[in-house]
Amino acid sequence: MPNNKVLAIRRQNFAGWSMALPACLLVFTFLILPFFMAFGLSLTNQRLVSPNPTEFVGFDNFRQMLGIGLLTMEPDVDDTGNIKIDQEGNPIYPRVRNFTRNQDDYPQYFKKREWFRIGLPNDKMLVVLSQDVVFMKALSNTLLFALIVCPIQAGFALGLALLINQPLRGINIFRTVYFAPVVISMVVVSLLWRFIYDGQNGLLNALLQMFSLGLFEPVDWLGNTTTALPAIMAMSIWQGVGFHMVIWLSGLQTIPISHYEVARIEGATRWQTFRYVTWPSLRNTAILVMVIITMQAFTLYPQVQVMTRGGPLDSTQSLVFQAVVRGYEKQDISGGSAISVLLFLLVLSISLFQRYLTREKD
Amino acid sequence: MGHVSLKSLNKFYGDLEVIPNLDLEIPEGSFTVLVGPSGCGKSTILRLIAGLEEVTKGEILIDDNDVTYLEPSQREIAMVFQSYALYPHMTVAENIGFGLTLAKLPKSDIRKRVLEAAKILQLEELLERKPKALSGGQRQRVAIGRAITRNPKVFLFDEPLSNLDASLRSQMRVELTELHSQIKATMIYVTHDQVEAMTMADQIVVLNKGNIEQVGNPMELYEFPQTLFVARFIGSPKMNIFQGEVAAKYQCQALGVRPEHMEISHDGGILKGSIRHIEKLGADTLVYSQISGYDTVTARIIGKLEMNIGDQISLKFSDSHVHRFNDGIRIDS
Repeated sequence: MPNNKVLAIRRQNFAGWSMALPACLLVFTFLILPFFMAFGLSLTNQRLVSPNPTEFVGFDNFRQMLGIGLLTMEPDVDDTGNIKIDQEGNPIYPRVRNFTRNQDDYPQYFKKREWFRIGLPNDKMLVVLSQDVVFMKALSNTLLFALIVCPIQAGFALGLALLINQPLRGINIFRTVYFAPVVISMVVVSLLWRFIYDGQNGLLNALLQMFSLGLFEPVDWLGNTTTALPAIMAMSIWQGVGFHMVIWLSGLQTIPISHYEVARIEGATRWQTFRYVTWPSLRNTAILVMVIITMQAFTLYPQVQVMTRGGPLDSTQSLVFQAVVRGYEKQDISGGSAISVLLFLLVLSISLFQRYLTREKD
Repeated sequence: MGHVSLKSLNKFYGDLEVIPNLDLEIPEGSFTVLVGPSGCGKSTILRLIAGLEEVTKGEILIDDNDVTYLEPSQREIAMVFQSYALYPHMTVAENIGFGLTLAKLPKSDIRKRVLEAAKILQLEELLERKPKALSGGQRQRVAIGRAITRNPKVFLFDEPLSNLDASLRSQMRVELTELHSQIKATMIYVTHDQVEAMTMADQIVVLNKGNIEQVGNPMELYEFPQTLFVARFIGSPKMNIFQGEVAAKYQCQALGVRPEHMEISHDGGILKGSIRHIEKLGADTLVYSQISGYDTVTARIIGKLEMNIGDQISLKFSDSHVHRFNDGIRIDS
C-alpha cells in the first residue's frame, strides 16, 4: 500500500511539473534570461549589428552615462580689470568649450557638455557638465515625472474611490467611466491627446479660448519646452487614475461597516472619520498603490514615443525612451542595457526605501 | 435616566416591512433583552434606537426627548457590536478613548476617563496593546469600555457574546450583569440565545417577525407563556407541544408541557413509545422518546436512568403543569 501511495504522489508530481513546464520555459526565456543578459551586455560594447567582435569594457558604459564635472567660472575681465558686461548688464562668462575641447589643462572636463548652470555669489558661475547630457535629461525628467505624477495620481484616485464607494444609484456608471481610459491602449490615448494638445486646432486651446472669452493665447502644448512634460504628466495622470481608483476601492471595501457605525455613534465628523477610521485602514493599500505608481512612472515610454519623441530640445526625454532609442535606433545594445540596469537599480532602491518608510513600527 | 419608549414604530426596507407598528416601553435602569429567532427584527429595532437606521414611521423617545431624527451621536446612547468593531490600528487605550479624542478633550482628561473605564473592566494591564493581541473576551471588554466612557443614558448590545466560546460566554454573562448593577444605566441587549435572555434580563421582549409576542420578566415568560411561539422559544430543552387527541382532552388545540414536568409512568401512562436518544447530564437525564402519533417528546428525569435507546417507555404529566393554547394564544383555565 505505502509503495502505491508514494508512486501515485510521484506520478502526480511528474504530471504537475510537465504541465508547468511550458510556462516556466517561457518565463525563463523572455523574463529571467533577458534580465540577466542585460546585466552582462551592459558591461560590454555589444552593438546590434557590428563587424567588430564584442569586448568586455567593465563599467565604461556607466561611467560614460553618469560622468559629471563641476566647473566654476569667473566673468571675463577687460584690460582695466573691470568685469565685461553684455547689453542687458549681465556679466559675460568664458565659453564652456574653452574648458572641454582638447584642453590639456582640464583633462577632467574632456568631452563633457554643459547640462545646466547656477549663479553663485560674487558673480561666479557654477556650470554642471555631463558626459551624456541626453541621459541626464532623461534621468531628471523621469524623476520629476515620478515625483509629480505619483502623489497627484494617488490622491485623485483615492478621491474618486471615496466618491465611488457610496451606496448611490447608478454609481456603477461612474466607476465604468473612470476606469475606461485604463482599458484603452496608452498608444491610442497618446494619439488622441496629441489632437487635444495641438497648437493650431487643439481641443484644449479651443476650450480655454472659449472660457476666457478669447483672451487666451493658443499654446503649442507639446512643442514648447516648458509645457511639453507637464502636458504628458497631465495626460498620464488622467489615463492611469482609474486603475489606482479600483485598488483604493478594494481597500475601502475591506473596512467593516461597523467601524463607520462606531464613528457615527461616537460623533465623528466626516474629516475625523477619514482621519481615524478610513485612512489608517488603508495603510496596506496605500503602500501597494505607491509602489505600483512609482514603478509605472519610471517606465514612462509610450506617451513620449507617440507624442514628442523626447523633444522639443530633449525636454521630454525619459529613461525607457532613451533605452529604446539607443538599443534599437542607434543599435547600441550595451548602452540601452546599461540604462535598463540603472533603471532597475533605481526602482529597486526606491521600492526598498518605500518599504522601509512604511514598515510596521511595532 | 434612560427611559426608552418606542411609539408605533414602523420600518420598511424598500417594499419589505420588517417592523410593523411596534410599541414598547423600556423602563429606566432596566436590563431589557430583545430575543427572537434570526430575521425577527430585533437587531433592526436596536439599530433604529441607535439611529443607524432611519425610522419609516413612528417615534423614539429617550427620557421623553424625541430622538427619532437625531444623529446617533446626539442620542446619548452607546453601542457594543457583535464584531466588537475595535480599530486594529489603535491601542486599547486609544480605542476606549476614541469618542473623547473626537470631542477634542484634553489629553489628561481622556487618560483619566480611560483609566476609570479600564478599572471597571480590569483592562489596566492591557491598555498599550493592540486589539489583535487580545483574546475574544478581552476585546469585548474593550468594546464595552469604549461604550462606558461615553457615559450614555442607554447601552445597546448587539449580540455581543455570540463570537465567544461557551465557557467565556457564561463568564461574560455574569460580568455584564454585574456591570449593569454597578453603573445602573439602561441596557438593551439583543440576542437569539434564550439562555442569555433568561439569565441576564429583568425584562424580556420576545419578538417574532417584527411583532412583540410577549414582554415580561424571565419567570413570567417561563411559567406563563402567552403565546405558543413564546412557549416554544423560551426554555431549554424546548417545551413539548401536543396536538390532536391529547390536546382535545384538555379542551385546546395545543397543549404544552415542559420536559421537567414529564414523568416516566410505571402504571401505563397516556404516552407510549420508544426511547430514541438519552443525554446523561449528571444531575439529571434528558430522554428523547418517539411517541406514536407525535413528534419527539423530551423528558427531564432527576438523577440517573437505567434504560437504553430502543427501550419501550410510557410517559405521563400532571394536570397542574400544562399550558393550553388556542390559535396560538394562551387560554387560562
